[in-house]
Amino acid sequence: MDLVTRSRLKSPWILHFSCGGCNGCDIEIVACLTPLYDVERFGMLNIGNPKHADVLMVTGPVNKRNYRVLRNLYEQTPAPSLVMAIGACACTGGIFRTCYNVVGGIDKIIPADVYVPGCPPRPEAIIDGVVLALNKLKEKSRTRKTG
Amino acid sequence: MSAWDIVVPVVAVLGAPFLGGFLRGLDRKITARMQGRVGPPVVQPFYDFVKLYSKERIATTRESLIWVWGYLVLTVTAFALFFAGQDLLIVVFILAFAGASLALGAFSVKSPYAHFGAHREILQMFSYEPILILAAVAIFLKSGSFLVRDVVAMSQQPLLPDLPLVFLALLIALGIKLRKSPFDIAASEHAHQEIVRGVYTEYSGPFLALVELTHWYELVLVLGFVALFWAKPLWLGVVIALAVYFLELLIDNITARVRWSWMVTISWALGAGFVLLNILLLEFAGNTVRL
Repeated sequence: MDLVTRSRLKSPWILHFSCGGCNGCDIEIVACLTPLYDVERFGMLNIGNPKHADVLMVTGPVNKRNYRVLRNLYEQTPAPSLVMAIGACACTGGIFRTCYNVVGGIDKIIPADVYVPGCPPRPEAIIDGVVLALNKLKEKSRTRKTG
Repeated sequence: MSAWDIVVPVVAVLGAPFLGGFLRGLDRKITARMQGRVGPPVVQPFYDFVKLYSKERIATTRESLIWVWGYLVLTVTAFALFFAGQDLLIVVFILAFAGASLALGAFSVKSPYAHFGAHREILQMFSYEPILILAAVAIFLKSGSFLVRDVVAMSQQPLLPDLPLVFLALLIALGIKLRKSPFDIAASEHAHQEIVRGVYTEYSGPFLALVELTHWYELVLVLGFVALFWAKPLWLGVVIALAVYFLELLIDNITARVRWSWMVTISWALGAGFVLLNILLLEFAGNTVRL
């Protein structure tokens, strides 16, 4: 493994965006940063800026007001970047799926790399999801994203 | 001018990124331990740097790139001049230009977050510059020269026992310069979020990596400035500098951020006040070098 790939795997900076969920998944994501799980061990940082982020963690079912924000954030993350759908809502729309204002899942708007199901998923599952995403990152080329 | 005058700054400029990155790694490890976490490996800053450098190049405006390079080049210039034993005042002024480059880079984009950060960066410079300049004056009064080379050569007894208040004031300036709590107003050195990311908001990928690299140089430079207070024997100065760094980490973890008006009040009233008091005491004691 060359130095660049190794560095990418060792330093995934995370941008967390809630697309209108119930806040359950968001609390579980934040729980990953606490001393109990401490994802900074793996070089993960919760960064508040899409321009610095490598992994976009999205929760919530996406509605017709905020899908533009989601697309905007995705376009602002420099390549190579990854998108994770955290929780049942972000994966499929969850229980809000049939609401009139809900788009239903983030992959209707941006291409998702990893789906972490659960309502909400446990922090362990989220960390597992990041590991899975990083395996995908190994295969991603350096080229600009097209999606 | 001997060969050492060339060799020392060249070695320092080449070696500083490794030392600075390592110290930043220690910072993150110690900070994590203080918060009851395990923390990232010590080499984490280097992983971050390589990753950032290999990311996609996105520039918001062309001017911001000029300013970020200016920030790096000016800081490295100040760094090289310091380790070449040149004028302390010139070092302080070039550092001020470097800080201004960072602020102007943030002003050259349209993001309101970057503009807020730039305003705060300028307030920070406004706070610590008087302390640095007055500290240089105090060192001059004691050693009779602004040249780092002469200060090191002429200090038969160390500066610290005669300039304890200057040293205290310098701790305040270092806290601001190293972007540590309670003075992490423009942007924290850690990945805290303050109005997105303050001055760094619009820098991404390789350009953010340049900013990181500059921070490593800054860190080694300010620790070198601290070590100047006990230049003979130098190892004791290095120990003092590392102790000061640890103290800054401790203060960073036990204090909350203050308002900018508090920062200006503390640094001007306490910081500049301490230095002036120290200069006055030196004069009354007749302890200065007569010119």
